[in-house]
Amino acid sequence: MLRLNINGKDHDVDVDPDTPLLWVIRENVGLTGTKYGCGIAQCGACTVHIDGVATRSCSYTVSGAVGAKIVTIEGLAENGTLHKVQQAWIDNDVPQCGYCQSGQIMAAVELLKNNPKPTDADIDQTMTNICRCGTFQQIRAAIHAAAKA
Amino acid sequence: MNFQPKLNRRAFVIGSAAVGGGLALGIPFGGDALAQAGAANQFAENLSPNELGIWVAIKPDDTVAIRIVRAEMGQGSQTGLAQLIAEELDCDWSKVTTEYPTPAENVKRKRAWGNYNSSGSRAIRESHQYVREGGAAARLMLIQAAANEWKVPAAECTASAGVITHKASGRSTTYGKVAAAAAKLPVPEKPALKDPKDWKIAGKPLKRLDTADKVVGKMMYSIDFKLPGMLSAAIKDCPVFGGKVKSFDASKVAGMKGVKKVLQVDHKSVAVVADTWWQAKTALEALPIEWDKGENVKVSSETIAKWLEEGLNAENAFVGNRQGDAKAAISGAAKKVEAVYAYPFQNHVCLEPMNATVLYTPEKCEVWTSTQNGEAAYAATIAASGLRADQCEVHRLMLGTGFGRRTRSEYVTEAVLIAKQMPGVPVKLLKSREEDMTNGVYHPVTQCKLTGALDKDNNLVGLHMRISGQSILSYARPEAMQGGADPAVFQGLNPGGAEGAFGYDIPNLLVDHSMRNPHVPPWFWRGVNNNQNAIYLECFIDEMAQAAGQDPLAFRRKMMAKHPKHLAVLNAVAERVGWDKPAPQGVFRGICQHMGYGSYVAAAAEISMNGNKVKMHRIVAATNPGHAVNPAQIERQIAGSFVYGLSALFHGGITIKDGAVVETNFDTYDSLRMAEMPKVESIIMPSNDFWGGVGEPTIFVAAPAVLNAIFAATGRRYRTFPLKNHNIEIA
Repeated sequence: MLRLNINGKDHDVDVDPDTPLLWVIRENVGLTGTKYGCGIAQCGACTVHIDGVATRSCSYTVSGAVGAKIVTIEGLAENGTLHKVQQAWIDNDVPQCGYCQSGQIMAAVELLKNNPKPTDADIDQTMTNICRCGTFQQIRAAIHAAAKA
Repeated sequence: MNFQPKLNRRAFVIGSAAVGGGLALGIPFGGDALAQAGAANQFAENLSPNELGIWVAIKPDDTVAIRIVRAEMGQGSQTGLAQLIAEELDCDWSKVTTEYPTPAENVKRKRAWGNYNSSGSRAIRESHQYVREGGAAARLMLIQAAANEWKVPAAECTASAGVITHKASGRSTTYGKVAAAAAKLPVPEKPALKDPKDWKIAGKPLKRLDTADKVVGKMMYSIDFKLPGMLSAAIKDCPVFGGKVKSFDASKVAGMKGVKKVLQVDHKSVAVVADTWWQAKTALEALPIEWDKGENVKVSSETIAKWLEEGLNAENAFVGNRQGDAKAAISGAAKKVEAVYAYPFQNHVCLEPMNATVLYTPEKCEVWTSTQNGEAAYAATIAASGLRADQCEVHRLMLGTGFGRRTRSEYVTEAVLIAKQMPGVPVKLLKSREEDMTNGVYHPVTQCKLTGALDKDNNLVGLHMRISGQSILSYARPEAMQGGADPAVFQGLNPGGAEGAFGYDIPNLLVDHSMRNPHVPPWFWRGVNNNQNAIYLECFIDEMAQAAGQDPLAFRRKMMAKHPKHLAVLNAVAERVGWDKPAPQGVFRGICQHMGYGSYVAAAAEISMNGNKVKMHRIVAATNPGHAVNPAQIERQIAGSFVYGLSALFHGGITIKDGAVVETNFDTYDSLRMAEMPKVESIIMPSNDFWGGVGEPTIFVAAPAVLNAIFAATGRRYRTFPLKNHNIEIA
């Protein structure tokens, strides 16, 4: 049995220690906002924060996350108030299909934490998640909007 | 090499007919087949009460439930269709919600909601009339109900934003208050529709209806669906298309943690069912499976290319467009130019891999899935379960993209076949990314030899386009073939029509097709055959302009006088990009146009080269979709088309080795990242005299605009793709 702290809550899970964190979050804990896209840390749909660091959870074993503070898209809003990045996503009507957007938002939150006023070049360099719909122009605009919020 | 899989005849007829394909060819649809099968009886209601016709229901609290049967996969049709209905209904947009009549409900009502197929950019262009009439009829019923209550003539009442007013008496009421009475009134037939110039909701850049859940992780995609006691399945197909399962040793994995069952799904695939999907996938990877790979193991990209090359000069070919005598014009030309292009297989790579959840009992089969065509998924469920139509149901969940891939329902079929072996236990089948990549269906492979003839005054007087290669319809919809020919092969090259009219006046033109169907199954892939046809034609027109010593834009314009809509979008991008002025130092331009799915599109690209690296500075893209129902969403489809189209151009390309797909994931089949995406400026220029599509058309011009710019910069014509094969990268 492994103990995970996800969105401020402890969860005891009975899984093989080398199970990817993504699948434990989705299947054992039951939080499905974090998505599966590739399984090889290429697309970023599975991005969560592990001790504040944006991490591709499909390629991170669950045993490595024991003792860490894990935050998923479901844990980003505080006391019912959306994170400013989530609000900027709504204001800029960012998602098309939306499947990658949990990961995009988690990546953007970390970006703004490390670089509160990023340039376009900063954003381009940091935001490497795949979006098959091609919402990048709206994502960039929303990150700038969140930086100003 | 001409392998076609053996199909269950019944499943095939219903399934393929219901798919509807990428073209409107007037063939019978699934619902008809189902109705003929005696399906139209005894279904449960699952929609809001107070129905006003079939498209609108209004609750007492004024909430407006608008029915949408076309799929939402990110393209914005759900919001656009709701705008069209809300416009005619004259309701309060902030009170609008949407609901989904299930395919079974549609059959029960004799296909009242029409076609569910959401491919071919058809969601709005093929349903705008009847959904707007549905909204208008509901408004008339609500007004009549209020007038009846007030005992005044309906003609004296007006409606706006969900409020009905009788000015003379100063009375007013809301839609919610009269909805129950209105629902009992007859539905007016063919109500008058508004002039689009009076639109207040439609035509406006409104925000999407479905965003809020997507930013908090609450949107329920098919992959997220859960039922109590649900198990998960991982599947593996024979890696060579056309091969089959010889044997597998279930005992080797039966004891692995969580494993509940190891089973053969059909002749070509094996699945493991476990408590969790990760356990199922882990066990499946450990499962020893022997395959009978068959003859196709000898096929490779090279052998396919060689076979297609033979078709470029084959004697017999299906003719798609013929004007004058192209061969005579070419043999008498003052100058002749010839070039051969080739376009590879592509995978759709929907970010949400194919999946479906099924609960099967001998009495009932329910499916929860993301599909572009609920009716096709329903037909697949009926066929695979062996149950009657009234024992089956498909619940549609949000799609993590579609791109044409989710018009195919094989994942539903497979999920039902698995669940059928575990009656009473809900099972979710999810394909791994690798399985989705290597056992999918693919953008067809073709080559094209173009021969152009210039007269002594450098006019293009003859053009022969010989296409050689794969037919989608022969695989996906054989009933849509015409005398052995596949009309879809000629998308964008037809003499006329909504499915892609050739935009140039060339006195001697021949476009023909030598069909060669390799064993790799083809399918509709966003833009379908327009993708390669636009590259072939628009890059070659540039080659002819160069041979004529003329500017590529001026050369095109000379041949477009009789095609004013094609010309208008081309002119729009030329003007915006500043074609008549020199580009900045070191920057080079390319331009192109194409027409398909009813719409006219053009693009101009500005790029610079640094060694083998292409820097795409700017794209200007124009579209005339006839009516622009939501300009903000159209803009997003235009920009997104460059991400999808340029991903295929630079990074894509599926290769075949030993009969199987080589690329397994994004590490070998990459998708454009933010840093690689050019800045896209869109020009939306509806002419308001037709209804065209939006989701696909712009993708046609993404690749040729950039390729023509690369030629302007380098003097090199790249005629085979992806560009990574030429060591060309995005800076």
